[in-house]
Amino acid sequence: MTNVCIPFLHCMPLTALYGQLLIGLINGSFYALLSLGLAVIFGMLRIVNFAHGALYMLGAFASWWLLASLGIGYWGALVISPILVGAFAIVTERLLLRRIYGLDQLYGLLLTFGFALMIEGALHYFYGSSGLPYPQPKAMQRALNLGFMILPMYRGWVVLASVVVCFGTWLLIERTKVGAYLRAATENASLVECFGINVPLLMTLTYGFGAALAGFAGVLAAPIYQVSPLMGSNLIIVVFAVVVAGGMGSILGAIVTGYVLGLLEGLTKIFYPEASNIVVFVVMAIVLLFRPAGLFGRSQ
Amino acid sequence: MGGDRRLIEINGLNAWYGESHVLHGVSFDVRQGETLTLIGRNGAGKTTTLRAILGLVRKREGEILLRGQDIKNVPLRRIARLGLGYVPEERGIFSDLSVEENLMLPPVMGSGAMSVKEIYSLFPNLAERRSNSGSKLSGGEQQMLAIARILRTGASIILLDEPTEGLAPVIVERIGDVLRLLKERGLTIILVEQNFHFAQALADRYVVIESGETIDRFEAADLEARMARLSEQLGL
Repeated sequence: MTNVCIPFLHCMPLTALYGQLLIGLINGSFYALLSLGLAVIFGMLRIVNFAHGALYMLGAFASWWLLASLGIGYWGALVISPILVGAFAIVTERLLLRRIYGLDQLYGLLLTFGFALMIEGALHYFYGSSGLPYPQPKAMQRALNLGFMILPMYRGWVVLASVVVCFGTWLLIERTKVGAYLRAATENASLVECFGINVPLLMTLTYGFGAALAGFAGVLAAPIYQVSPLMGSNLIIVVFAVVVAGGMGSILGAIVTGYVLGLLEGLTKIFYPEASNIVVFVVMAIVLLFRPAGLFGRSQ
Repeated sequence: MGGDRRLIEINGLNAWYGESHVLHGVSFDVRQGETLTLIGRNGAGKTTTLRAILGLVRKREGEILLRGQDIKNVPLRRIARLGLGYVPEERGIFSDLSVEENLMLPPVMGSGAMSVKEIYSLFPNLAERRSNSGSKLSGGEQQMLAIARILRTGASIILLDEPTEGLAPVIVERIGDVLRLLKERGLTIILVEQNFHFAQALADRYVVIESGETIDRFEAADLEARMARLSEQLGL
């Protein structure tokens, strides 16, 4: 069997390398989806949304609840859960976040952080922390032999769905009129409002959309990881590192950096596993040293 | 005086930036189809007057009447529907948007909106650079785009803040031509301008603002007679 070697570090079979790359790509898919939502929200609302991990977890919980209580399976949940999470986020934006626009970003960070703790605490109280199982959809329980590796179909689906949604979001923001409103309002909201565009509504919908992306990621994650109140908080710090490295508010930066850092993390697990938990943060620190606005961000 | 032609009346307009009281009872009126020029020293309150009319300065008192109706409580997003178009001093070109996206951004609000074809024939430079990023334009092109953007909305009243600031004489001349064309089309213009010679060729009336107050108002025909006093007031 062909081996791949890194001098002084490690040799391993190519199939194992592909396997780890797939895991990296799957993690990268979640990083990209979550950091995309964060970037959209930060770009428009200037809110560092620490509740994003909780919204991701709510997406997974909504799917579990739809199945357990209403018998609605994975494919239905893939549509309904993001809508539910988006609607929940719209209510919180109207009731809470709207009150702190214009204040220092620290207020937004603390408010959303506290909000995330409340949601996690409430679900922890009712469901505990051991996690709830969520089955893979039947059609996705097979594996494909690609010749060079065995690909579990559901994992492939997660990567495909993530790429399609990220690309679709990028198209929406970069190539449509609504996206032009959003990009313009990110630069100068009051001038855009002066042109007759309902910026407060745009902000509400942006938060709802960013949250729905997190909810969508939560549905994708439910069959892979256990549905647990802490599944979001475990991930959110890494996702923030991805967003900072990509450039706060940069859509393309969030997507590209999400996938690249996911892959890099996967590769590190192969060649130097001890560093795999910190490699994303090391990259972030290096990026900040040389490009403080992030890889794709623009200096203010 | 033609009181029945009054389109905008500003009565006792006060405005604040935070705790700082900037306008202290600015009053003037604007007639349908005229170009009214606000003149005054730097920091006199001319830009703030425009921003207060639109609602970009939120804390304000006094009357802002448009066709006899007080628009002070009209939300900022509904101001454009009343026919008001704003070209800010800093031009407000969105760097993340292309020239064409900038141009097409504001929704069409009025019946007299210029078509994109008309706009491109008026500003051929913009047509050539339609796919370029807004940030890649020269100062003059940015100013043309800022004016063009408002013309496409069909706004009947244009609030134009320092359109010639920092521009080369040949560009200033071009912008002057465009504004004369808009005047001929019957648009009402409130112009804030430091370049007095530029304003002279366009203004029907003048309002002099000093320290956030209206200190003088006169017709263009009376300019010659007022020059000595203006020189004293404004250091012209």
